[in-house]
Amino acid sequence: MRLINQKWRGTYTLFKKEVLRFWRVAFQTVASPVLTALLYLLIFSHVLASHVQVYENVAYTAFLIPGLIMMSLLQNAFANSSSSLIQSKVMGNIVFILLTPLSYLQFYIALLAAAMIRGLFVGFVIYLVALFFVDLPIVHVGWILTFAVLGSALLGTFGIIAGIWADKFDQMAAFQNFVIMPLTFLSGVFYSIHSLPPFWQVVSKFNPFFYMIDGFRFGFFGKGDVSPWLSLMVVIGFLLGLAWVCLKMLKSGYKLRG
Amino acid sequence: MKPAIQFNRVHKHFGELQALNGIDLTIPQGEFFGLLGPNGAGKSTLINILAGLLKPTYGSASVMGYDVVNDYQAARMALGVVPQELVFDPFFNVREMLRFQAGYFGRGRENDAWVDEILEGLGLTDKAHTNMRKLSGGMKRRALIAQALAHKPPVIVLDEPTAGVDVELRQMLWEFIKKLNRDGHTIVLTTHYLEEAETLCSRVAMMKQGEIVALDSTANLLNKYAGKNLRLDLGGAPLPAPLFSMLKSGEHGVYMLALSHLSQVEFALSELRKANVQIDDMQLIEPDLEDVFMSLVGSASHRNTDSILQS
Repeated sequence: MRLINQKWRGTYTLFKKEVLRFWRVAFQTVASPVLTALLYLLIFSHVLASHVQVYENVAYTAFLIPGLIMMSLLQNAFANSSSSLIQSKVMGNIVFILLTPLSYLQFYIALLAAAMIRGLFVGFVIYLVALFFVDLPIVHVGWILTFAVLGSALLGTFGIIAGIWADKFDQMAAFQNFVIMPLTFLSGVFYSIHSLPPFWQVVSKFNPFFYMIDGFRFGFFGKGDVSPWLSLMVVIGFLLGLAWVCLKMLKSGYKLRG
Repeated sequence: MKPAIQFNRVHKHFGELQALNGIDLTIPQGEFFGLLGPNGAGKSTLINILAGLLKPTYGSASVMGYDVVNDYQAARMALGVVPQELVFDPFFNVREMLRFQAGYFGRGRENDAWVDEILEGLGLTDKAHTNMRKLSGGMKRRALIAQALAHKPPVIVLDEPTAGVDVELRQMLWEFIKKLNRDGHTIVLTTHYLEEAETLCSRVAMMKQGEIVALDSTANLLNKYAGKNLRLDLGGAPLPAPLFSMLKSGEHGVYMLALSHLSQVEFALSELRKANVQIDDMQLIEPDLEDVFMSLVGSASHRNTDSILQS
């Protein structure tokens, strides 16, 4: 019992530290992504609202919002775990964690949970702010929550992998610009993939971000490009795959312990 | 009683480089132990193996009887390591950092009294709410030591804790660490300052190129490896030739002779008499660890060069 208590407290402490870390700089970690999402919303909805209709009876602005929420949620979950790791590696203070009895599993859970909290929180704030601009239906709240949680977990895990792998800030920036950004923008945040030429439709179907956004959007409108069950399977599959890779890396001490 | 620290034939290779070459070392509980050696001797590698930051290539190590690989959680609970680099987390203040550090080890509010004691002992009480970033170098060093102690480990390892620290702070740190040792904590210290090791450590190991070249009580090492020195002021007169073999250093008519035995004083005096040299001043000087260190590390490097030539 004492041991369980001790382990729980260790994990909880690391989680709490990770949450406080982004909360102390909430202007940068929460307010700024919310503002970015709103700028996208204003500009795209203004420019495209009269030209694009993706689903019947769904205004383009309404269509856009779940995409923007999910995009910000995913990017921030990734940013939290990856930047925490790369910073503490470069600063050298990761040693304070490595000297503790925390197991690789405790480490994973704590970092992942904090990343999910940031992603979900940013997403939720964008949702609240968006309500001032447009009426947004909610058809299946269960799908919304499922994809929000799974999406933040997937990108939080991906962030840990990137944070362990990268040795320098510019490697991390490259990861963000050459992997995360293209995958987000080519995933149907701003459009339905049915509006793409056939080739790019096929390409999009290999992008896990597409399924996270499509399943999430399904929860709002009850409509999507593919079945939410298919999206669920794909997202769970990717999450398990990445979690496996991440835990393998952590267990072996790759780049953290020599 | 289980030893505080034990290394069994520990080897560590980084590719071709053999950083540690079969280290055997046992440190009993309650000891104040010094680990000395030049840069690159393998001191930090040895400590990192103990702390679980590196895995040994072969061999094993334990803290309070817990293997650092197979039973790493118990081993790390028992160990507090002060890293050599001045690292810190820029997001938090001193007290928050200490609470977090204790929390990782499963300790909660009940540990606060101990945290206060550390802050007090290290003169950090009025900096408890200062962000780590805003601390001066000396204060950061104290905070670093405080962090290693936050979970009240029985075994404490300090890797060059006084590098770049001013004299006043150094004295204060040593008083604090001596008190910890009196309270029963085992202390292991690596240092470049030999006089520090000499005054603080009851036993020292000297390392050279991944091996321990001497391991004994400080007093024994001084007796065994460093004879006394004879300092002669001859008022500018030259040293008689028969004494050249004993000469360690000399300038402006002041010479330092190394004595391997006290009877050599008589030999020196008789040679001086024979040469008709008058002695202005004469002093018998006690050896220090630096002499031991030089004689050991010097001879070890000769031995290694020989073995390289032979192979």
